[in-house]
Amino acid sequence: MITFENVNKTYPNGTTAALDVSFTVPAGSTVALLGPSGAGKTTLLRMVNRLVDPDSGRITVGDRDISQINPVTLRRSIGYVLQEGGLLPHKRVLDNVALVARLNGASKADARERAQRMLTLVGLDAELGSRFPHQLSGGQQQRVGVARALVGEADVMLMDEPFGAVDPMIRRELQAQTRRLQSELGKTVLLVTHDVDEAFSLADQIVVLRTGGSVAQYATPEELLTNPADDFVADLLGLSDGARDLHVVDRGGRALVTDGSGRFIGRVRA
Amino acid sequence: MKWLSQNWPMVIDLTLDHLWMTVQITVLTVLFAVPLARLSMTNRWLRAVAVVFTNSLYAVPSLALFMMVPVLVGVPLRSTTNVVIVLTLYGVAVIWRSTLDAFDTLPPRILDASDAMGVTRWRRFWSVELPLASPVLVSALRVVLASTISLITVGAVIGVPSLGLLFTDGFQRGITAEVITGIVVVVALGWLLDRLVAVAGAAAMPWRATTPRRSRRLARRVQAQSLRGTDGSAA
Ligand SMILES: Nc1ncnc2c1ncn2[C@@H]1O[C@H](COP(=O)(O)OP(=O)(O)O)[C@@H](O)[C@H]1O
Ligand SMILES: [Mg+2]
Repeated sequence: MITFENVNKTYPNGTTAALDVSFTVPAGSTVALLGPSGAGKTTLLRMVNRLVDPDSGRITVGDRDISQINPVTLRRSIGYVLQEGGLLPHKRVLDNVALVARLNGASKADARERAQRMLTLVGLDAELGSRFPHQLSGGQQQRVGVARALVGEADVMLMDEPFGAVDPMIRRELQAQTRRLQSELGKTVLLVTHDVDEAFSLADQIVVLRTGGSVAQYATPEELLTNPADDFVADLLGLSDGARDLHVVDRGGRALVTDGSGRFIGRVRA
Repeated sequence: MKWLSQNWPMVIDLTLDHLWMTVQITVLTVLFAVPLARLSMTNRWLRAVAVVFTNSLYAVPSLALFMMVPVLVGVPLRSTTNVVIVLTLYGVAVIWRSTLDAFDTLPPRILDASDAMGVTRWRRFWSVELPLASPVLVSALRVVLASTISLITVGAVIGVPSLGLLFTDGFQRGITAEVITGIVVVVALGWLLDRLVAVAGAAAMPWRATTPRRSRRLARRVQAQSLRGTDGSAA
């Protein structure tokens, strides 16, 4: 479980990135931080592993106040996936993954074996382990990034726009895989995204942030669609201009579904 | 050729002297310059010193430094220590600055990822920062090697034995074969050590054998820049 209690953060240059933020990520569930660019999503995420410290307020991970935990120790107990994988370019793929296991005290042989298993788990050929990151496609690098976050067997995972840099088809594939892994492994996940579809596709609950770092609404996707708190939330979700509206049209006795721009996207199962 | 057949033991002795000084200077240069570069990454005062030091040192002729260092440090003028100190200063001027540039341009996302995994500061330096800066370091090292090997010969003017002695002695006594031998051996030594560093560098950086064009271009540019600095004023 992760909790934020009245967390504030203003950077030295005067930018406020978190304004009285409170929310909880229940154990085993996925929460998305959703909001426009610059709203403070990354800042909140980086507070969880103390890459950023709040000015005031309290953050707990697994019931422990993280301000009392040594940052290096804390970070080793939390998986972190970032955009474009963030892999070390001078280490082979397998060693990139094994490094995290090594940091957590595994022997060299054990770390490599666990790394190999993680690569398989995220759907990568064993043969790719001996390559360097730049010899992999963007989607493959991203999978390695996920494997690296999983290898430490942390209960808590942080993901910062994990699939932002890959093309839409690969992104959907990776999202599907993340959902599958999530249902198998039951990690507590905090995810940053500015993509409404990604938030809906992966998260159990969504924290909607507005510019200036305040929480506009914290709710399930279902609640957000039925009761957006205000115009800001409705606009962000695409509820105001009809972008997220689906329409049912009749075509020769079949009920088809069109999206906000009138394109056919599916049919209604009777 | 007759000269060489009578004097080859001396040539070998001088070559070994020359080589030994080169090794000392190179090792000392790296030992001083790399920590200085890393420290000046975060220390504003050191960074300012780096700029002044590297910009001004090559404006001082090496012969003048060979005269000044004994006065300032108290080592004998005609000693290898004098030559080693002076040329280490030149080496540090090149490597400090270019390695600082390399540290400054490390990809922030990679450093960030390292921190996020729980890599300690110390480990991050050894296993992330230094390896990623090493292409530039190796390029700069090759520049330093080339300039060191030729600047050591200047030490012969103040009487410190090296292959430079073949130049001074050959000129004074008008022995062309001696001068030519000196030139050939200096060039050969420079070529050999350059190859050695290049091959060792490539072996230590297998990840660069395959692509990253951008970082290679950067390394080449640093090499070109430091070369220009060397040719401009030293010796
Ligand atoms: N280290 C920093 N120093 C100063 N301002 C920062 C820093 N990091 C982020 N900011 C600013 O804080 C705000 C929130 O940034 P961020 O958390 O990265 O937002 P998001 O991830 O939602 O795009 C932005 O205005 C950003 O420019
Ligand atoms: Mg961000």
